[in-house]
Amino acid sequence: MKMIFAIILAGLLTNNMVLAKFLGICPFLGVSKKVNTAVSMSIAVTLVMVVATAVTWPIYTYLLYPNFTYLETIVFILVIAAIVQLIEIFLKRFIPPIYKALGIYLPLITTNCAVLGITMLNITNQMNFVHSLFNALGAGLGFMLAMVLFAGVRGKLETADIPEFLKGLPITLIAASLVSLSFLGFAGIGG
Amino acid sequence: MKKSNSLSYLTNGLLKENPVLRLVLGTCPTLAVTTAAINGIGMGLAATAVLVCSNVVISLLRNVIPDKVRIPAFITIIAGFVSVVQLLVKAFLPAIDKALGIYLPLIVVNCIILARAEMFASKNKVLPSALDGIGMGLGFTATLTLMGLIRELFGAGSIFGLTVTAKFIDPMIVFLLPPGGFFVFGVLVAVSNAIAKKQGKKPVEHTGCANCPSRAACDRYNGEEAAAE
Repeated sequence: MKMIFAIILAGLLTNNMVLAKFLGICPFLGVSKKVNTAVSMSIAVTLVMVVATAVTWPIYTYLLYPNFTYLETIVFILVIAAIVQLIEIFLKRFIPPIYKALGIYLPLITTNCAVLGITMLNITNQMNFVHSLFNALGAGLGFMLAMVLFAGVRGKLETADIPEFLKGLPITLIAASLVSLSFLGFAGIGG
Repeated sequence: MKKSNSLSYLTNGLLKENPVLRLVLGTCPTLAVTTAAINGIGMGLAATAVLVCSNVVISLLRNVIPDKVRIPAFITIIAGFVSVVQLLVKAFLPAIDKALGIYLPLIVVNCIILARAEMFASKNKVLPSALDGIGMGLGFTATLTLMGLIRELFGAGSIFGLTVTAKFIDPMIVFLLPPGGFFVFGVLVAVSNAIAKKQGKKPVEHTGCANCPSRAACDRYNGEEAAAE
């Protein structure tokens, strides 16, 4: 139980997907202008991360290991692509309100490096099945935290008086640098 | 496109359409692995190898792959080449493999490769596609190496592992940490924007939306959001 708490805390703060591991930068810089959008996108990412981990972990442990580990990359990306499709079909058929809210983000998620990254990190770090699932959950929540915080920062940037040469992407990256700097303060926790 | 300007395919990727600074693709590895110049070169060349091979194969198969399943087909081809490169690096350059960690297999989801497959290789002949892959790959490598050089010089006081300024100036470790990555990238984009402006071009957008393979999905989303307001 203590271990699970530590895993989630690490995913949220010290090993934050976006701000410490640089995974999922594209949606972080591109989508997170509004808090609502940021939250919906993150829920979709978290959902896919947990389901993808639940499927890829047994595949790796029982099918690929120890003889076919070199197939990890190709199998994982195809499994993730298939899962995203299945989740989309399932939500569309059975839970239309959730599909309406999240469905539009799902196609984007296949090529989101955070999802492939977390399934691979679980294997690299040799976590067991339950810990892997919570690691995926923690990483998803961490993604959400970063997206929501940054949506707030972006809101402020819209009205700020920024030097001409920094307008647009440069100031966004420098703001991300400051948010990331503040997360360094958590580095001691749980270590 | 004439045959005579095959050189322009090469230079296109290096300067005019630099994948990182002008198209804003592949930001994750750009930020993650550039803590040292040598890592930048390793990542850049690994991605270049995958890019060239996948561009050639996708260009060869461009009339065979049905339009509806082209993205999964591209991803499978790319993943195959990534596995090859991954195994080669693991066997012959174990130090680089260790430094790049999971970012090496993550070349699969590097938007540069999928974007070039979608935008260029699936519409052009083999030779231009190969040259485009080399040009884009070298542009990626050059940018990553430059970022690695800057971060290594300020963060560790060395260049390619050789101590340079560490003896006189205390290295600023923050440049090696995540915030330093975002900061150096931001400054590089600002410089690249300033140069582009002098040449009368527009500064880059927030994301490389126009070049992103998932653009259709985003547009759909933006459309729905606009309709909701």
